[in-house]
Amino acid sequence: MARFISRRLFHLIFILIGVSILVFLMLRLIPGDPAHLLVGELASPQDIARIREKLGLDSSYVYQYFIYASNLLKGDMGTSIRSNVPVSQEIFVRFLATVELSIAAMLISSLIGILAGVISSVRQYSIFDYFSMMMALVGISMPIFWLGLMLMYLFSVKWGILPMMGRFTMGLDYHVISGLVMLDSLLSGDIQLFFNSVKHLILPAFTLATIPMAIIARMTRSSMLEVMSKDYIRTARAKGLSRGTVIFRHALKNAFLPIITVIGLNFGLLLGGAVLTETIFSWPGLGRYVVDSLSARDYPAVQGCILFFAVIMVIVNLTVDIFYLYLDPRLRIDGKG
Amino acid sequence: MAAPLLEIQGLKTFFFTRKGVVKAVDGVDLSLNEGETLGLVGESGCGKTVTALSIMRLISEPIGRITEGSINFEGKDLVAATESEMRKIRGNRISMIFQEPMTSLNPVLKVGDQISEAIQLHQDVSKKEAWDRSIEMLRLVGIPSPESRVNEYPHQMSGGMRQRVMIGMALSCHPKLMIADEPTTALDVTIQAQILDLINRLKERVGSAILLITHNLGVVAEVAQYVGVMYAGYIVEYADVITLFKEPRHPYTVGLFQSIPKKKGSAKRERLQAIPGLVPDLLELPKGCKFQDRCSRVFQRCREEAPLLLKLNGSHQVRCWLYE
Amino acid sequence: MEKVEALVELKKNKTAMAGLILICFLLILALIGPWISPHPPLVPDPINRLKGPSWSHPFGTDSLGRDILSRVIYGSRISIIIGLIAVSISLVPGTILGLLSGFYGRKVDEPIMRGMDIMLAFPAILLAIFITAILGPSLLNTMIAVGIVYIPHYARIVRSSVLSLKEQLFVQAVRSLGGSNLRIIFLHIFPNTIPPIIVYATLGMGTAVLQAAALGFLGLGAQPPTPEWGAMLSEGRQYIQNAPHVAAFPGIAIFMLVLGFNLFGDGLRDILDPSLR
Repeated sequence: MARFISRRLFHLIFILIGVSILVFLMLRLIPGDPAHLLVGELASPQDIARIREKLGLDSSYVYQYFIYASNLLKGDMGTSIRSNVPVSQEIFVRFLATVELSIAAMLISSLIGILAGVISSVRQYSIFDYFSMMMALVGISMPIFWLGLMLMYLFSVKWGILPMMGRFTMGLDYHVISGLVMLDSLLSGDIQLFFNSVKHLILPAFTLATIPMAIIARMTRSSMLEVMSKDYIRTARAKGLSRGTVIFRHALKNAFLPIITVIGLNFGLLLGGAVLTETIFSWPGLGRYVVDSLSARDYPAVQGCILFFAVIMVIVNLTVDIFYLYLDPRLRIDGKG
Repeated sequence: MAAPLLEIQGLKTFFFTRKGVVKAVDGVDLSLNEGETLGLVGESGCGKTVTALSIMRLISEPIGRITEGSINFEGKDLVAATESEMRKIRGNRISMIFQEPMTSLNPVLKVGDQISEAIQLHQDVSKKEAWDRSIEMLRLVGIPSPESRVNEYPHQMSGGMRQRVMIGMALSCHPKLMIADEPTTALDVTIQAQILDLINRLKERVGSAILLITHNLGVVAEVAQYVGVMYAGYIVEYADVITLFKEPRHPYTVGLFQSIPKKKGSAKRERLQAIPGLVPDLLELPKGCKFQDRCSRVFQRCREEAPLLLKLNGSHQVRCWLYE
Repeated sequence: MEKVEALVELKKNKTAMAGLILICFLLILALIGPWISPHPPLVPDPINRLKGPSWSHPFGTDSLGRDILSRVIYGSRISIIIGLIAVSISLVPGTILGLLSGFYGRKVDEPIMRGMDIMLAFPAILLAIFITAILGPSLLNTMIAVGIVYIPHYARIVRSSVLSLKEQLFVQAVRSLGGSNLRIIFLHIFPNTIPPIIVYATLGMGTAVLQAAALGFLGLGAQPPTPEWGAMLSEGRQYIQNAPHVAAFPGIAIFMLVLGFNLFGDGLRDILDPSLR
């Protein structure tokens, strides 16, 4: 087990180095002077000279990379051209908004997806099965930016039951504790703000959850179908266990392994989807920030965001691997096995 | 004489597949008294396992269905029982062990959990008590240091061990009937003997009747008091074990005996004789006797009329026109 | 013989046929677009701005008064071409990398697959954004970006099928007869990797169309006045309160095309690759 984790960690470090090299090369690949790209077109010659020296832009690429990497390790991702604030700070504030949205979407997609998949599998070829698998196919074929707009039109514009954009209504008092609005509102006992933020979250979270939900439902169904035909399921039934116990305790626990992989793999889809969803619903998260930064040619910000997203992905994948160990005793090699 | 523990009459279990109706069990009659062991013998595909699963009502519906017959167990017809009634019987009054110990235990649950689950379900005991009884069961089936083994997962055990766990699980609620479906087939020869011995000993202790399903006549000789020989969905011969081994009557049973190697000490080295041909396609059964195409003593009547189960002396019965 | 059987099965597969019909419908629309479009797609009509669906404009008009139906019809050409080019861009290098990586093993495999891992560490759309940030926003760069992003997926699929083929008897046999490596790869292994490639490329068409539209929506793809579906949706976003039809119809078009490829791909998978069923 220790060997497995150390191998994964080694792999992770390797990937992170690769990712940082790629992101480092980005500025060198964009046509134009990197110094200009990093401080913006309106910068003074002094600023340019300063950045040139700070990043060693007159020396070799290898040296430049080491400066870049050591700055990264110190948490220095450069300074945003637009706001003149360190990129790491800008990212952190927005990241929490993205976390809130992604977690909500993750929960919605996993709960509904797994439930639909399980029901489909135990009632294979039923109307429910056909319907939910059809819906799953529709889900993965739908442009979520279109779905988001249509939901927005129906629920906000036409029926006026849910807010159109943002995390909470402007003007509401918000005391930042953790940066997660829902959590903070509960902590400070502000029920009004809590319900307000939940209402704001519903549309973007469902939009973002659509594709992962569809994929999870399909995967759960096929994985459950496979497990349900296994000998140990017959053993469980021969013990006189109820259908529910057989399905949820004996089958789902085994079927979970591939489902977890899919949920983990889909985290990338979720983060990618966040870029689109946040843009539609003006959600002040990292996804929208990267798009805005790109159109403003704020390259330090773009560079920082892309790197940050990749790091999150790598960490999620490692978490999934470790979770796998927890779920599958066969992988926990402990001498006797 | 008291009513038998289990009495099956005219049981028919069919599978309705896309290619047609597979008559896996086509009129089985059996009875088994308390504490007795009945061996059910036949080639693979003859309906032994389906008979067992029918008793447990674990036929995969809606493709498979019991279409006719009755299964009387402790005075109750299991064919008519509801699913919730069956759940109270399974694992409690009737339990079952399967052929494949390697795949019959859930890989992600501790063996202790898998045993105590059944105990907790059927007996009014606490979680702790159930767990202690699981350890006791492991000890009973001869697993060394059961206190630590109970915390292990199936993959940490050998095939023989796992089958012991299965037996412990099956006997944990002191069932009246235990169905053992080829319990030793997947195991090494040395371990086979140990497991058979274990089943024999525990049966005495717990007092369960056993329905032992096997294709191996040697196994039957060791454990069973009565033997039913199955062919293509029904019983072709039934007798107590001594009678059957001494005077097998049905040409199929005779063939079975000729196809096993004799013990070393026997006088001549004979050639083994295989029964020619294969088990008939259950989708296209011939008219008349189902064994006709492979039978060396077939005559006209066999091709026209399906034979009835004929009584010979004592409990000996045979389904063959030769003995009318 | 085998091909005939596959065709017969394809005809029986309802999913695949439904997908094929959708694809063909949109393909025909794209081909005969110029003759059936009721209006020119690029000509503004300031009097008829943001009009809802009517007899003369079945899908309504956009903010410049252009006919949305005509723009959607022209857009089908763009999306189908984007899909084809993007998939080819990922397919060719992906297949070659997968073949080499699977066939030569360790020394070749490690660097290639680790490189692919690095690419896969980015969420797909972010990598595409990354690439367009470097290349600059345009329709051509969208195709290149989407194409590059999915190279690792093809490489992995091909690699895994090569790994299983390599062990099979016929490859061992050719080897023992002294066939050269390149000969084995291209004459014996490659043809057998085609079925999974076809399945994946079909599903990949849907993904590529979706991703390209997303880039268009973010303003990183086709630039105005090109009638690209994603860009049209992006424009419609501004008018979602008063004229939802501007965003609705291009989105439905994207959905239909992607659904077509997904249905067809699912059906093909059932036929060509039973192991994945």
